[in-house]
Amino acid sequence: MLEELVRAIADMEEELALQLVRDFVSGGGDPQQVLDACRDAMDLVGKRFEAGEYFLPELMLAGDLLEQISAIVKPLLVGGPQASVKTAGTVLIGTVHGDLHDIGKNIVVFMLEVSGYNVIDLGIDVPVEDFVDKVRELKPPVLALSGFLTLAFDSMKETIDALSDAGLRDSLKIMIGGGQVDEAVRSYTNADAFGLNAMDAVSLCRQWLAA
Amino acid sequence: MSETTITKDAEDMARDFDERQKRIDDAIALRKPDRVPIIYYTMFWHASYAGITFKEAMYNYAKVSEVTKRIVLELKPDAVAAPHRATLLGPTMELMGYQQLRWPGHGVGENYSYQYIDREYMKPEEYDDYIEDPGWFYLTRYLPRVADAFAPMAGLPQPASMQHTRLVYLTRFFTEEVAAGFSQLAKAGQEAQRAFDSASEFQVEMAALGFPMGQMATGPAPYDYFADNMRGSKGIMLDLFRRKDKLLAAMDRATPIILKGLLEMAGQNPCKIVFLPMHWGLDGFMSPDQFKTFFWPHLRKVIVGLIEAGLVPLVLWEGDCTSRLETIADIPAGKAIYWFERTDLFRAKAVLGDVVCLRGNVPASMLNTGTPQDVREYCKKLIEGVGRDGGFILDGGIGIPDEARLENVRAMFQSVRDFSA
Repeated sequence: MLEELVRAIADMEEELALQLVRDFVSGGGDPQQVLDACRDAMDLVGKRFEAGEYFLPELMLAGDLLEQISAIVKPLLVGGPQASVKTAGTVLIGTVHGDLHDIGKNIVVFMLEVSGYNVIDLGIDVPVEDFVDKVRELKPPVLALSGFLTLAFDSMKETIDALSDAGLRDSLKIMIGGGQVDEAVRSYTNADAFGLNAMDAVSLCRQWLAA
Repeated sequence: MSETTITKDAEDMARDFDERQKRIDDAIALRKPDRVPIIYYTMFWHASYAGITFKEAMYNYAKVSEVTKRIVLELKPDAVAAPHRATLLGPTMELMGYQQLRWPGHGVGENYSYQYIDREYMKPEEYDDYIEDPGWFYLTRYLPRVADAFAPMAGLPQPASMQHTRLVYLTRFFTEEVAAGFSQLAKAGQEAQRAFDSASEFQVEMAALGFPMGQMATGPAPYDYFADNMRGSKGIMLDLFRRKDKLLAAMDRATPIILKGLLEMAGQNPCKIVFLPMHWGLDGFMSPDQFKTFFWPHLRKVIVGLIEAGLVPLVLWEGDCTSRLETIADIPAGKAIYWFERTDLFRAKAVLGDVVCLRGNVPASMLNTGTPQDVREYCKKLIEGVGRDGGFILDGGIGIPDEARLENVRAMFQSVRDFSA
């Protein structure tokens, strides 16, 4: 059954996936196993996205489907999700100041989370000081700055400059993305890398946080 | 100044106008112009140029005309996309209580561009209501959610359900609240007319100085019409799986309405270029198959409908659209402009060179953070490579970014004079 569930989620068969989950838990199945199956399915979704078979709509649907499945199984978990699930590392993320866009950022958050990262999302229009304070407090290995508008180039640069001034830059990997961000913007802002999509963000984290 | 000098000047300006218009027309028709044309387009760069706030650029009609005129006289573009209709919206949006944007001084800082609020403005179960009666759906569902002045209209019944003596009872829905809403809209309408008049006056002034308009009427792709304005980005993407038939039927319903609106708008203006900016059809945002099913067929109907009416669709393909090039080649040749933001123009030229005039695409990052030398070299490559045999208009990826360095913009405009002889 769980294999069938993995396939149904990965193939975007929403109704079937939800029915399988309901049947499984009403039959006394372990809800944690459902969540594990979701993770396996999302691995497949991520691979198909990287291979150019899946696109943004599939990520959106998978995200929404996972929320629905979580709403069914999480109340049944004894003592909440198993604490043994190890996080692959912490990523601090936010849309830089002046920019209210969050579609791209939210997709990145979702793909990082399903890839096992502990993501702390500061939201949109995040002031420079908030990034600096949070980096100082949490010491995350990775910071992701998002921005859709061209004004974000300067906001990203200001944010990264402020982290350098605060002595927090050296221990931090910084990725930027969104809108018209490219290599010239990476170089201008002094970020470590830029990404064109959510899977680029996952790949960069894997590269940077590999044990 | 003597009368003969004035006449002479006017003659020169008229000749300049015709020369510039011909340069653009030749590029569109895939003929080789005397040099590669360049069009001036921006959202708020004129504010940066003149040192006024973005807020002022949304509220002060006369100021925007004045600074844009200064820019045009300095840069001498072959056509001008007047920023008026896209940006001089502040006073009217305040009066109508518009909710789909945050703008400078109204939700974002005074020197930030206006920004769209991505939300669900039409519920998933409302497709049938739209399909059945788009006008009534707009008046009682969509408009009340996006502008406060329309809020009282939410309670109006479907008028087409009433006739004869029932019309007497229809009147009872037109309450004091509804009247107050209409009265507020009348105030907004007067303000919108002032903004509109300033745009028209600017167009006349530009023509007298020898500069044609680069675009006038603006409209959406049918998919974006539902994605941007009604269902929101998440909603529309879920609809691709959950409600595909409804979405297709709603786009079937909307397409002739969008086209008719554009024909009416464009018919009132001497400028024949109709701007169609694309937001949700680019690579990555949907699969090539989804593009062929949900995006292209309805957009193509709008494009072809405009062409058949003698208008010139200017389609801005945001992002990277490389995987779409073969699909979008299916339009009448020499009748439209495809403006690409990030798509490689050399690749686009190879696929679309015989079909459509290309426009673009100096990257925003280069105009904002590069040097004039970077810009010159980039433009030289485009002009000599993509523009050599015509069918090309030079511009930024999406015009001039708000924060572009002046010396870089100057370098872009100089390059068409230096490299396309």
